Amino acid sequence: MKAKWAFLTLVFTIFTVLTGCEPLLVLDPKGPQAETTSNVIWISIISMSFIVITVLVLLVIILSKYRASKQPADYEPPHIEGHPVVEGTIIGIPILIVIFLSVVSVISSYQVESTPAGYEDEEPLVIYASSSNWKWHFSYPEQDIETVNYVFFPANRSIQFKLYSYGPITSFWIPQLAGQKYAMGDMVTKINLAADAPGEFMGRNANFSGEGFAENTFNATALSQEDFDKWVEDIKKTEDPITEEKFNELLQPGHLGQLSFTGTHLDFSPAPEGEHAGHQHGDSSDKNHSEHEQNNKDKSSK
Amino acid sequence: MEFFERFALPHPDPMIYASMVAIVVVSIAIVAGLTYFKKWGYLWNEWLTTTDHKRIGIMYLISALLMLFRGGADAVMMRIQLSSPEMEFLNAQHYNEVFTTHGVVMIFFMAMPFVIGLMNYIVPLQIGARDVAFPRLNALSFWMFFAGAMLFNISFVVGGSPDAGWTNYFPLAGNEFSPTVGVNYYMWALQISGLGTLMTGINFLVTIFKMRAPGMKLMKMPMFTWSALITNVIIIFAFPVLTVALLMGTLDRQFGTALFTTGSGGMDMYWANLFWVWGHPEVYILILPAFGIYSEIISTFSQRNLYGYKSMVGSMVLISLLSFFVWVHHFFTMGQGALTNSIFSITTMAIAIPTGIKIFNWLLTMWKGKIRFTVPMLYSVAFIPLFTVGGVTGVMLAMASADYQYHNTMFLVAHFHNTIIPGVVYAMLAGLTYWWPKMFGFKLNERIGKWAFWFNVIGFVLAFFPMYLTGLDGQARRMYTYSESTGFGPMNMIAFVGAGLFAIAFILIAYNVFYSFKHSPRNIGDDPWNGRSLEWATHNPVPAYNFAIEPEVESSQAFWDHKQKKHNLFKGKISKIHMPNNSGIPIIMAGILFVFGFSFVFSIWPAVIIAAVAFFACMIYSSFENDQGRYISEQEIKETEAKFGGDSK
Repeated sequence: MKAKWAFLTLVFTIFTVLTGCEPLLVLDPKGPQAETTSNVIWISIISMSFIVITVLVLLVIILSKYRASKQPADYEPPHIEGHPVVEGTIIGIPILIVIFLSVVSVISSYQVESTPAGYEDEEPLVIYASSSNWKWHFSYPEQDIETVNYVFFPANRSIQFKLYSYGPITSFWIPQLAGQKYAMGDMVTKINLAADAPGEFMGRNANFSGEGFAENTFNATALSQEDFDKWVEDIKKTEDPITEEKFNELLQPGHLGQLSFTGTHLDFSPAPEGEHAGHQHGDSSDKNHSEHEQNNKDKSSK
Repeated sequence: MEFFERFALPHPDPMIYASMVAIVVVSIAIVAGLTYFKKWGYLWNEWLTTTDHKRIGIMYLISALLMLFRGGADAVMMRIQLSSPEMEFLNAQHYNEVFTTHGVVMIFFMAMPFVIGLMNYIVPLQIGARDVAFPRLNALSFWMFFAGAMLFNISFVVGGSPDAGWTNYFPLAGNEFSPTVGVNYYMWALQISGLGTLMTGINFLVTIFKMRAPGMKLMKMPMFTWSALITNVIIIFAFPVLTVALLMGTLDRQFGTALFTTGSGGMDMYWANLFWVWGHPEVYILILPAFGIYSEIISTFSQRNLYGYKSMVGSMVLISLLSFFVWVHHFFTMGQGALTNSIFSITTMAIAIPTGIKIFNWLLTMWKGKIRFTVPMLYSVAFIPLFTVGGVTGVMLAMASADYQYHNTMFLVAHFHNTIIPGVVYAMLAGLTYWWPKMFGFKLNERIGKWAFWFNVIGFVLAFFPMYLTGLDGQARRMYTYSESTGFGPMNMIAFVGAGLFAIAFILIAYNVFYSFKHSPRNIGDDPWNGRSLEWATHNPVPAYNFAIEPEVESSQAFWDHKQKKHNLFKGKISKIHMPNNSGIPIIMAGILFVFGFSFVFSIWPAVIIAAVAFFACMIYSSFENDQGRYISEQEIKETEAKFGGDSK
């Protein structure tokens, strides 16, 4: 028993010391979406600790009270079949907790999929993020520029990343701004996020994609609107345009540093959305596709 | 020479060459040893051709333990590589192969045979049967599992290991991104052993439905048998999905189809769905028998009947149903939208309810009991809080929005090890220790067992709890290295120390087998733990025919009531017993399948065709073989019973 207590103390010390040091990335949100996930995580940790503590306390009491060494040698444990009230309680309380967490889960699932809270009124800035072994390509159709392995965007503005992949399935992740989403070859997925203040964030592919996976990272930087505009101007002034030839070269497996271009690869190698999607759920024309999306939205809002 | 070039290693490494030499040396030593001690006949007659469920069970367990050390070595290599930033122990390619084989070996070739091995040994005894329903099929199941395991294990010395993760997601696992034969090995090793498992499922379902002792109604079955029944139902429904998915993968890789390839109308998401439609039920295939084992052990060592027998059964049935409706939670981040995620989030969390019932039932079984802290009980007691932590982190992961942050991180890795190790591995170690005297007629040493237990628990906590933190700090899984600035270093160092303690625990367990074999007393009687179910009503070790007289059962704890309420278990008298004959066909067929799989991996078509023809020839031969089994005479049974102390009931 002594060993058990020593060991429990050790575990608790490790936890408190280490959580106290520096905020963990996921629990140190810098935007509304990551804030939502962080809150959900804390809600679940708190409600789950209730269960863990209950089980631990019961276990310790039972083990110390009913161990053979504490009982007379002739003690014969009774035969107990079960009791409706006891069984009702052990079924009822978990059901209540699960219902509560389900409500939290459903509400927050819709939140993380929609425009970040506080930014509903404005059009998001659309940035295409595509992965290739083992790089990230960011295309800005509005600004008509393209970068590799780094992304600048304005803070305090809703951003929509449209994700797809030129290789294996990857997962786009900026932990401090939002959770991840897969990037795949035959369709476009979306992440809506916003940064509350300018700052630099770690971004990476979180889904294993082969040999260069560990280094498949990028820098995400939120700038003030003026700095962002200035940066776009600079790129336009100083960088070369991206050509199909150059882009195909970039797609070759390997690692690259940070690169910038004018123009985007979307012109000659469009994203797999609309009529370019790898698999279509019906008609291929753009109009029908958007209607289809609309239908989906209607369905899900019902 | 061109023919042989295909067997060359695509990513050679001195460590691999060293293992190659080691494999050859050990094989030569085994063959030489068997020849020198003239044990070939014994091996062939008593083990390789056996159809006895007990011997097959033991062979499953031996294979599982060997694979535990193989997969464990992989784990230690990974922990060394990640112990500090920028470590240069393994390169990226080698690390990818190591974590892929670690996952596959531990799930398919360690946990599965461990579970099936214990089911093989114990279920027929618990229901008072003489063997399983189809003994020869049982042998074929085992040898197919073994052929698959061996095929997988030679991959790293012949042609190269698979390196696309145990989940083997396409398109990464397709020819474009995995051009070596590694993934072919994955497909065929799992295919062959998976088909073996499917046959086990059918075999045990029939056994449990048709071969229970008189009086044993379904609701009077011991809890481990109940868990085995439900597990086998899940196997029958889930494994065909794996069979089909693997076949489709093979078609993609070796016959130029594009089922999982983007473009050409294929879909990469399709593999992920099929894999997890099988993969999630698979989790319960592993954990339900573990629940059954804990139920037996906690009841025995608390000296109490199992609390809430009916709700235990009901919750397992509920878990088995729900297990088929949660697979999407393995990829909430695939972009299927909030509605789908919400539905699967709720079904996933719902599983926590029946699981919670079981946890509280175990607690209530110990309540008012008389708890003895033997090694099996220690593992069961440690299981309760540790598995609760694993379970609640599962609920956390089930919250779809938060999963966007946990997915693909070390948090997830911590969670599933936190359920599989205290859940499945501890159950297997507890079950093995508990039933060891049943199998071998002596107990494992308790003192060494307790040392191993403490190393195990402390090692586990140190190795895996830090991963929850690094996961929340942004450490993705399957990264072979990280920079110092990430701050993952200290936690990974703790995890490395934990893995070391963990490794010591398993070395102690292996040493315990050796020590106990030499020193443990053999006069332990038939009921060393004061057991409650039917397997303790026969001798240790169990004679070939299991029970000299077929038992008749009146309650769910037949043997306990036999001892306490003087229920008469054995009403008949000894007469000759019909038993199945040994057969060489299963091992030959599995050997042919090994050749078939190996040739298929390397696309050596003539050999594939020859092996396929030989396989069907074996099937036809078996169909026409006139094998009526054999009888053990009354005389022989009486002699055997007399040897066990003469109190033949």
